Amino acid sequence: MRSSRAVSLVAKREFVTRVRTKSFLVGTAVIIIVLAGYVVLQSVLFDDQRHSVVGLSGQATQLADPLREKAAAFGVDLETRDVTTVPDAERQVRDGGLDALVTGAPPALKMIVKGYGDEVLTTALNDVLRQQVLVAQLAEAGLSPQQVAQNLANVSVAVTALEPVDPQRGQRLAVGLIVAALLYYSLLVYGTMVAQGVVEEKSSRVVEILLATLRPWQLLLGKVIGLGAVGLLQLLVISVAGLALSSAFDVVDVGALGGAALLTGVLWYLLGFFLYATVFASAASLVSRQEELQSVLTPISMTIIAAFVAGINLMIGDPTGTAVTVLSLLPPFAPILMPGRMALGVVPAWQVLLAVVLALAAVAAITWLGGKVYSNAVLRTGARVKLRDALRS
Amino acid sequence: MPEGVLEIDRISKRYGEVVALRDMSFDVRAGELFGFVGSNGAGKTTTMRIALGVLAADSGEVRWNGRTVDLDTRRRIGYMPEERGLYPRMRVLDQLVYLAELHGMDTNDAHRSADNWIARLGLRDRRSDEVQRLSLGNQQRVQLAAALVHEPDVLVLDEPFSGLDPVAVDVMSQVLREKASAGVPVVFSSHQLDLVERLCDRVGIVSAGSLVASGTVDELRSGGTPRLVVESPSADWAATLEGVRVVERNGTRCVLELAEGVDDQVVLHAALAAGPVHEFSRQRPSLTELFRNVVTTESRSS
Repeated sequence: MRSSRAVSLVAKREFVTRVRTKSFLVGTAVIIIVLAGYVVLQSVLFDDQRHSVVGLSGQATQLADPLREKAAAFGVDLETRDVTTVPDAERQVRDGGLDALVTGAPPALKMIVKGYGDEVLTTALNDVLRQQVLVAQLAEAGLSPQQVAQNLANVSVAVTALEPVDPQRGQRLAVGLIVAALLYYSLLVYGTMVAQGVVEEKSSRVVEILLATLRPWQLLLGKVIGLGAVGLLQLLVISVAGLALSSAFDVVDVGALGGAALLTGVLWYLLGFFLYATVFASAASLVSRQEELQSVLTPISMTIIAAFVAGINLMIGDPTGTAVTVLSLLPPFAPILMPGRMALGVVPAWQVLLAVVLALAAVAAITWLGGKVYSNAVLRTGARVKLRDALRS
Repeated sequence: MPEGVLEIDRISKRYGEVVALRDMSFDVRAGELFGFVGSNGAGKTTTMRIALGVLAADSGEVRWNGRTVDLDTRRRIGYMPEERGLYPRMRVLDQLVYLAELHGMDTNDAHRSADNWIARLGLRDRRSDEVQRLSLGNQQRVQLAAALVHEPDVLVLDEPFSGLDPVAVDVMSQVLREKASAGVPVVFSSHQLDLVERLCDRVGIVSAGSLVASGTVDELRSGGTPRLVVESPSADWAATLEGVRVVERNGTRCVLELAEGVDDQVVLHAALAAGPVHEFSRQRPSLTELFRNVVTTESRSS
């Protein structure tokens, strides 16, 4: 039997067994539901901000068109309603059916609101009134209001940005954070799963039967590939669902940005998973019972958590800062930070390349070292194997 | 080239200061049931684990058909470890198919063979259950199926009978016999000596890391100092005979131990001359007595 068949048999078992479990299905569903809830909430909040209803009474109704135009310039979708009875309309303002009620004759207008007056609305209304006054006075002075407006429109200051701000920065940051968070979750959850799998085989002693027909590295590699594929599947399902949801609700302009983030996310997931899964597996091979597992996994989990927490804070502050740049190049942190920074679009190509090369080198070294520890420790049941002993023999 | 023979050749293994095996040697021929007995810690499990490559020996080698056992030949061995091991959350059928495939069967053959053993071992109703939901006895049956599912050329079973109910013991014995008569060398260890005595073609007794006695049950039992059981009114006649010692006396029955070269016919004549003889037989020790004897002399000398 060739090694590739042995490894693929092990990987297939890991994949099928894990994908069939309730926890996988439920876990994936919960994440998608949370994501959907977030997206819907976002879009509802956005809509609320951008849509206002204003009642216009008496002579104020003639302001409907200029007011709508002005509001649109401020990014507010304004709906105007002509009202006939003021007390009725006031009640509607109180009930929330109307955001504001405008009464009186220009230029002496009154606006009635429930609590705070909408700033955009007030500004828009003031602008419209001032413009009307201006037009009237220009006409009195014998000037053409159109000509003056045209002259005004032609005047503007020329702005030169020394460090142009990406108009998509907010969206990029959001995508970057989501990518980092997903990778953090996947590495931690699936790394732990590899560790639990190793201990399950050790504590149930099935490893003795397996190793009578498999070499330790085949078992280890098959397990890492199988569970890695489960993690990748979940990552893809979540990402695709997230992208579909956010484009359906028009929250983030996905397209190229989301696609590229997904691609780099997958690449870094693979690098990070091979790096961490081997470490998780060899740490787990030192103990024989699930209860002892936590103690050997804590240092590894802490590294991932530290990479995430510190990295995210640095990234939000200044994604090009020295600290975050250096951290994102180092193999233990790169799988979480680099894709996040890449989504922000602030990483020069050489840094990406360097980080990938370093990560590959680390994967090679860790696989060799971890494979050695695993081979030496996996059949020793009973007391916890000391790392030094596992490395020596 | 020895065909179908599993040879354990001068295997030694030590854990730090503790010597686990010292020049352990024996062979199991095609079609033979070899029983491996010895007290706890004598080295039975270590020997089997080394034969399966789960442990590495310090020296010595294990050969199958005259060639050193490697990973490929090991795939042809069916193994039942002392510490039973199966995936607790995997279904019986899936588990057996997986193990058959790992041992080199293609998927179709693996399914066919797994179904076959499930039926033979009476597990048909349980084939879709997770192993952890099975009773201990049924888990043992699955474990046996796991050792047999890839139709191995050699069987190495560590304590296959422990924890089995009498029906399962019969099923297990029958399966082992059948495998042996199909030309498969079978080695198993057991503490149930009566079972070993009944079942095995040959027996090896292990003590302190080496094989101290081996042979067919008959050979082992007839070895050692010959003893006679004689029932006659008095035993005074025996004390006068050259090379005869009275070991035990119980009413009219006595047990005599003969020195080397003493003819038992001479003893019979002497007994008849002294009076009527109601019983005159050669006393053959049971395997249990032999075992106790070997193990205690061994521990006294060490």
